[in-house]
Amino acid sequence: MSHPTLPAIEVPPWETGNVQPLLHEIGHALRELLNNNKETCIDLHALPMAPGEEARLVEALGKGEISVQLRALGKSRIDETKYPGVWLITHFNANEEVVGKFIEITRIPDLIKSQREDIAAGLLNLEDELHEE
Amino acid sequence: MKNDPSLLEVLRQQGVSRRGFLKFCAATASLMALPPGMAPVIAKALEQAHRPSVIWLSFQECTGCTESLTRSHAPTIEGLIFDAISLDYHHTLQAASGSAAEEARMAAMKANKGEYLLVVDGSIPTADPGYSTIAGISNLEMLREVAADAAAIIAVGTCAAFGGLPHAKPNPTGAVAVSDIITDKPIINVSGCPPIPVVITGVLAHFLTFGTLPKLDHLGRPLAFYGNNIHDRCYRRPFYERGQFAESFDDEGAKKGWCLYKLGCKGPVTYNACATTKWNNGTSFPIESGHGCLGCSEPNFWDLGGFYNALSEPSVNTGNAAAFGLVAGAAVGAASGIMARKEKDNTSHAHQKVTVNDLKRGESQ
Ligand code: SF4
Repeated sequence: MSHPTLPAIEVPPWETGNVQPLLHEIGHALRELLNNNKETCIDLHALPMAPGEEARLVEALGKGEISVQLRALGKSRIDETKYPGVWLITHFNANEEVVGKFIEITRIPDLIKSQREDIAAGLLNLEDELHEE
Repeated sequence: MKNDPSLLEVLRQQGVSRRGFLKFCAATASLMALPPGMAPVIAKALEQAHRPSVIWLSFQECTGCTESLTRSHAPTIEGLIFDAISLDYHHTLQAASGSAAEEARMAAMKANKGEYLLVVDGSIPTADPGYSTIAGISNLEMLREVAADAAAIIAVGTCAAFGGLPHAKPNPTGAVAVSDIITDKPIINVSGCPPIPVVITGVLAHFLTFGTLPKLDHLGRPLAFYGNNIHDRCYRRPFYERGQFAESFDDEGAKKGWCLYKLGCKGPVTYNACATTKWNNGTSFPIESGHGCLGCSEPNFWDLGGFYNALSEPSVNTGNAAAFGLVAGAAVGAASGIMARKEKDNTSHAHQKVTVNDLKRGESQ
């Protein structure tokens, strides 16, 4: 049985008008980082977004020089945008579902740095290895 | 309980690194609708937090609330919060049944007297206790017994919070909310039919982190999630303001994504987080899928004049308890004690079993 093809409908992009103010806010935070070393974090899930709006925001921020993938409790993507100092962080759970989306305005997101506790645990492991030899 | 490992230890045992823990805290802050700057505070508190004992009672309900909560598979962030509590009794999820299950409940109540959290889903029948029993114990009696030594109660779902579907006219079972029965304990109403899963875990996370209950609105709901109405955060709002309404589900307006007010959307009188938190891991929410909001997190939503009838103008005084006259007791009950309700309580003495015969007797009365 063949299905009739339905005519495409023209649908204008939906807007809450939140993308533009958010870009201004990011600009303000970037100035704060430059002048006062002040870091900012914005929770994208706390803002109302129309379908497609988040994608438009991500597109406006573009891609920068660094992309990091974190594997801890599921994946996380940490990308510098085309505006240095503006990072887009997406946390996934083990089922690859998004559990958090943030924009961080910082020189380097804390999550990328090796953590003190993990270094200590790693050192213990290394010492164990050397001991066994 | 004192010897239980802390949450941090539980996570470490599961091989979660410090980075994983920090990620967990960031997602938890987002989950609790707290500013992201709170993540380090959460990390600090959770490092020391001990796993609270939780007793979960299911009364007149459809198990949709438990379904909503257990949708995700471990090890998700929500799953970890669930792991971080010690769920000592939940008759749908636990392996034990019958008297073994009841013994587990009694043991948990004794061991954590005054400290355990009581979670309730479902409403409590008062017309005849035989309408809903567990191990032959009426819901009313079990609620009173477990509530007596609870630190706080979380009423999950609109049934436990406001009476819900069983309470809809003509309410044959005499269904009431938890707050209609228990008036001397802190009660958090996590309403919704079902509630958004992260709202349930968000409240648990708040309790884990701060050891206190979150700020509540006048209906006992956590303000972080129920502080805004759907209408104020709805992405279709600009169409509402311009007077562009869909008149049927398949007209030009509907296709263009115009406002669903005229098709019965209850967004303007509904307080919940759907418009921002969304459903199915942030995929969409009813209005985004083309259907108006049913108002399922509000008292008496089933009797709000029909799902497809437009709210009359000017719209009902939004979120005001007076607008939902019947439920005023649920809101004020906790503070002022409930209006003299005639309790048809046939089983107020130590575990008197309710039998089928009692139910038949009730019918012939
Ligand atoms: S669809 Fe509903 S919530 Fe959204 S603007 Fe219209 S009336 Fe308000």
